[in-house]
Amino acid sequence: MPLSGAQIIIKSLQEEGVDAIFGYPGGQILPFYDALYDSSLKHYLVRHEQGAAHAADGYARATGRPGVCVATSGPGATNLVTGIATAYMDSVPMVALTGQVACALLGKDSFQEADITGITLPITKHNFLVNDVCDLARTIKEAFHIATTGRPGPVLVDLPRDVQVNKTKFKYPDSIHLKGYKPTTDGNKGQINNAVKMIGEAKRPVIYAGGGVVISGASAELFRLAELTLSPVTTTLMGIGAFPETHLLSVGMLGMHGTRAANYAVSECDLLIAVGARFDDRVTGKIDEFAPRAKIIHIDVDPAEIGKNVRIDVPIVGDVRQVLTELNSKLQQHLATDWQDKVVRWKEKHPLVYKDNGSLKPQYIIEQIYEVTKGEAIIATEVGQNQMWAAQFYQYTAPRTFISSGGLGTMGYGFPAAIGAKVGRPEKTVIDIAGDGSIQMNIQELATAVYYNIPVVVAILNNGFLGMVRQWQEIFYDRRYSYTEITGPDFVKLAEAYGAMGIRVTDPKEVKPALKKAIAANRPVLIDFIVEREENALPMVPPGGAIHKMIGG
Amino acid sequence: MRHILAVLVENNPGVLTRVAGLFSRRGYNIDSLSVGRTESPHISRMTIVVEGDDLVLEQVTKQLHKLIDVIKINDITSEQYVDRELVLIKVGADPSVRGEIIQIVDIFRARIVDIGRRSLIIECTGDEGKINAVMESLKPFGIKELVRTGKIAMLRGQKATSLNENREDD
Repeated sequence: MPLSGAQIIIKSLQEEGVDAIFGYPGGQILPFYDALYDSSLKHYLVRHEQGAAHAADGYARATGRPGVCVATSGPGATNLVTGIATAYMDSVPMVALTGQVACALLGKDSFQEADITGITLPITKHNFLVNDVCDLARTIKEAFHIATTGRPGPVLVDLPRDVQVNKTKFKYPDSIHLKGYKPTTDGNKGQINNAVKMIGEAKRPVIYAGGGVVISGASAELFRLAELTLSPVTTTLMGIGAFPETHLLSVGMLGMHGTRAANYAVSECDLLIAVGARFDDRVTGKIDEFAPRAKIIHIDVDPAEIGKNVRIDVPIVGDVRQVLTELNSKLQQHLATDWQDKVVRWKEKHPLVYKDNGSLKPQYIIEQIYEVTKGEAIIATEVGQNQMWAAQFYQYTAPRTFISSGGLGTMGYGFPAAIGAKVGRPEKTVIDIAGDGSIQMNIQELATAVYYNIPVVVAILNNGFLGMVRQWQEIFYDRRYSYTEITGPDFVKLAEAYGAMGIRVTDPKEVKPALKKAIAANRPVLIDFIVEREENALPMVPPGGAIHKMIGG
Repeated sequence: MRHILAVLVENNPGVLTRVAGLFSRRGYNIDSLSVGRTESPHISRMTIVVEGDDLVLEQVTKQLHKLIDVIKINDITSEQYVDRELVLIKVGADPSVRGEIIQIVDIFRARIVDIGRRSLIIECTGDEGKINAVMESLKPFGIKELVRTGKIAMLRGQKATSLNENREDD
């Protein structure tokens, strides 16, 4: 029996094992929504399409499965753009489905027409405009394949209205033929042997682990590599959780707001093993002075990342988990030397600290969240100081427990991403650590969380400023606070108006009880922590500076 | 240094935009780009002349490979190849100078493909040096209009940039 394009899309999503989609209907995606009405697919109606994209992204990061978001043509599709770009920069598997005007109306400036494949060209791994219902099932199969394999990323499928309506026989393809897409997964044997030799000769090795370790599920292999080589391990923001931060060899995050131990270790090491990381400018600081004494081994699934920003001595293109498994099998157990002692002494001498003066400090709140959740929660963040404190003062021990917009730095990401994460991992406590600026960018999703009773806790570190920008103005612009003082609503009343629980905390003693109450409530809660206004996220590497020259902390 | 890339791509709508967009947003300089179908209707071939050192070329190639529609890339710069460009030139040609122009056309083995009352259109194929020389020689007569295709190139001998191993797919 022939099925409509809309029915084919639903069947295809089910074939892909999709159990939740986030979206917002509209004119040109109506046929799809009509078919959805009869299906068992769980759809979450967000309050803004950007929320759908971030929720799908958060779902994907928390579960490792592709996130799916849906929007209508024109403004619906363009509202997804920031969310798609966010997913693209952090290599998140996502499939975005957008309605489009009927094929005959394309290119005629029709009502709610936007060239969304053109718009998303540079921010998707690939995109499709389907113009024949007969191509639909194959296209969706390819979209999921491309989104989830190799270096993952978002794929957009644009669906003209008539393609959703037209009928054809449904057969989901078993296999895929993409001549131009064959990701390399096995590392080159010769290069792996070179790496083994180089590791054997190293006196002061450091492992620099990025989001690729999380994505390929290589935490156990990374752990083994660290213990075999006794290498101190630093992670990027995206790599947080790839290696337990409670481990003796962990030196925490590196880069602009990294630990001194991490930045010193990288600056003094004689071998840097980069695993699933991309030498981002927020990590390297001044590139000429990054790991100046080190030979560099770079393991990454994306060949274009190798040699993009720094010169590499041993490149290994392949899936991180496969490469590390192979590499580990060839390594001997190393013995401890002065190097490990030296790194431990840096850790002891330069812990992450803040001044406890009796007022409510944002860092203290993060520490309390860690204690109350025993480090077992999923933490989502917004962007700015809240994000850096969340990265610094909570000790992550498992992958996919830290969900944050690293590459694009998208304010407003954390809350909808937390909703997506909670949908994907309902057994986990999910907390969004927010600023009073960021939370106002997607606050409307409170209605979504309340309607579906998705019990996410939002911890607003409310300092009445766009804190990170204010910090830069303080340090680099002579305290000229140009438009960084920001007001907001009464967040407690706002939460209550949406039907969520609102709690205000002004005293350090109230922090723990408030967190416990919020988690126990098992419904959406917004906690308004009124924190010290001009606290800084430290230590810090001034932009363009060498990472061992840090200020503060 | 200038490199010549022979690139096979899926003949999908938007593939040219994908390639051109990649070059512009990553700041690579295209000298010329020409594109057309191959012997297989599903596959087009681009000849891209790009300026850059080895590191830039490595990035260009790797980034191009990331495009799903790009099937194969060959940097043929250091190999033996034939390259050609086609140019059409409209020159001012009063009867008094026509003889001179026709002589130049003969020397370059070009062709006159249109004659107007006061102008001629000249067609010329050749490598870049020859095309430039023709243009220089015709400049004194007044070039009214000029269009060139950009370089196309092919490896000499047995070597090829093709998908023969995948032929059965097509």
